[in-house]
Amino acid sequence: MLPDTRKKLIMDPASPALPTYSAITLNINGEKHTLTADHRTTLLDALRERLDLTGTKKGCDQGQCGACTVLVDGRRSVACLQLAVAAEGREITTIEGVAEGDTLHPVQQAFLDLDGFQCGYCTPGQICSAIAVIEEHAAGWPSAVTDDVRPEAGPPQLTADEIRERMSGNLCRCGAYVSIVRAVARAAETAAGTEEPRAVRAGESAPAAQDKDKEAAA
Amino acid sequence: MREFGYQRAHDVAGAVALLGADPEARFLGGGTNLVDLMKTGVERPARLVDVRELPLDGIEVTEDGGLRIGATVTNSDLAAHPEVRRRYPVLTQAVLAGASGQLRNMATVGGNLLQRTRCGYFTDVTQPCNKRTPGSGCPAIEGEHHNHAILGASAHCVAVHPSDMGVALTALDAVVTYETADGPGELPLDDFYLPVGDTPHRETALPPGALITGVTLPPAPVAAHSRYRKVRERASYAFAIGSVAAALDVQDGAVRDVRLAFGAVASRPWRARAAEQVLTGAPADAETFAAAADAELAAADPLPHNAYKVTLIRNLVVAVLTELTEEAAR
Repeated sequence: MLPDTRKKLIMDPASPALPTYSAITLNINGEKHTLTADHRTTLLDALRERLDLTGTKKGCDQGQCGACTVLVDGRRSVACLQLAVAAEGREITTIEGVAEGDTLHPVQQAFLDLDGFQCGYCTPGQICSAIAVIEEHAAGWPSAVTDDVRPEAGPPQLTADEIRERMSGNLCRCGAYVSIVRAVARAAETAAGTEEPRAVRAGESAPAAQDKDKEAAA
Repeated sequence: MREFGYQRAHDVAGAVALLGADPEARFLGGGTNLVDLMKTGVERPARLVDVRELPLDGIEVTEDGGLRIGATVTNSDLAAHPEVRRRYPVLTQAVLAGASGQLRNMATVGGNLLQRTRCGYFTDVTQPCNKRTPGSGCPAIEGEHHNHAILGASAHCVAVHPSDMGVALTALDAVVTYETADGPGELPLDDFYLPVGDTPHRETALPPGALITGVTLPPAPVAAHSRYRKVRERASYAFAIGSVAAALDVQDGAVRDVRLAFGAVASRPWRARAAEQVLTGAPADAETFAAAADAELAAADPLPHNAYKVTLIRNLVVAVLTELTEEAAR
C-alpha cells in the first residue's frame, strides 16, 4: 500500500506545490520501518541517521567506494546513490540482517577466519558485496575477465582473477585485498558444498545441462 | 541539494504525462548518475518521476532475429542474458567492462544512454563549462584534457561520452525507441546524439519530455564474432581512456562484413564508418587493419595532452581485429 501522501501526488501530477517529503515505509532485514523522509534522503542516510542501522558505512558518498553496499531485492547496490523514497516497496538487506541469529553468514565467518579486513570500515560493504558475488557467479553470470562470455562456454571458474574483478566496486584503504580474495573464495566453496548440486564450479556438470539451467533461470 | 517532489510512474503513458513539458522535471532510473549529479549541484530538478517500476524490463528476440531490450533493463540483466551473450557477445563484454557490480545492478539501459560526461569541469559547478552553463567557456581546452575528445569536438566542448554499453550498441546499429505525449518515435543511435558544434548542452535528438522505452538491435550474424576491448588507467572499475567495439566476418582471408566503433574519443560513441569502408572486401591482415584505423583517425584533432589516444585507438583496432580474425580461423 502506498502512503496517502504519495497517492495524492500520483493523482495530482500538475500540482504546482508538490511536497518535498513523504511518509515512507522501508522493508529492512524483514522489518518494516515507517518514517517521514525529505526526498533528498539517501537510503544510506536513512539507515544510519534515522533508523540507527549504522553497520552500513559512508565512505565516498558518490558511488565509488562500495562501503555502503547493501542488498536491494537480493541485488547488491550502493545505498548512497539510492534515494530512500525510491527504495519503498523493495526488500533491503543490510549487514545487520545477513546472519541467522547467532550463526554468522558463511561470508562473515570466512572474513573472520582468514583476516579479510584490517580496520573494518569497508567490511560490511565487502561482505554484502561478496554474498552477492557468490550468488551472481552461481547463477552463471560472466564478468569482464571471463574469456568467453557465450553461454555455451559454461560458467567461469571463480578464480582469484574473477573474484578481484567482481569485487572491484569495493575499495579497502588498508589494502586487505589478498585476504579478502581468500575469504570470498572460501565462502564460495562453502556455499557450493552446502547447496543443492548446481552449476557452480566449472567441470562439475555437462555444459549442456548448465545452459538449460541458466536459460530457465533467465 | 535542491528540494524536489517525487512521483512514481506505473505505466509508460503515465510517466510521460507526469513529466509533462516541465523542464525542471527529470525521469529517475537507477539514479547512479543523476543522484550523484544532484548531490554536486550539476542537476537541480524540482521534480523526479521514478520510472523504475515501468513494465520495460524485458529482453526479447524479435521476429527478424534481432533483440528488443527494454529501457529499464539493468546493466547486469542485459550482460547476463543468454541471447545477448550468444548473439552479441560484444555487448555483454562492453557492459561488464563498465562501472562495478553494484552500479550495474542499479543502472538501466535508458539511463546509460543519457548519462553525462565525467569531464572534471562539467562536474565541478565552480568551473565554467559550456555544456553545463552555455556560453561560460571550456577550460578543458587549455586545461586538464588528457581524457578528452580527439574526434568530432568543437571549440566549445571537448568532453567525451563515458558509456561502454553505448559503444557496442553503436557498432550494432541499435535503434532507440521512445514515447512522447504525441505518440511513439524512434532514432537510430547514429542520429540520437547531436553534433557538439556550439550547442554542447544539447546532447540528444530526443524530443522534449520523451521517455526512452527501449533499444532494438537488428539481427547481426557478424556479431557472433565480436569483441569489446577497453583501455583504462587501472585494471577495473574506471572509465575508458579508449575502447573499441568490433564485429568481424572473415571469409577466405578477406573481410566480408565488419562493425567498428570507438569509445572515449568523442562526445558520443563513435561509429568508424571510414574504417569499415576500407576493411570491407580487403584482406584480413594487420596492414589492412592499420590502414582502416588510419582512415578513421585522419580526422582526429587531438589536444596537447591527449594525442596518445590516436596511437592507442590505432593499436586497439589492429589488436582486436587480429584477435577476431584468429578466432574465426579456429
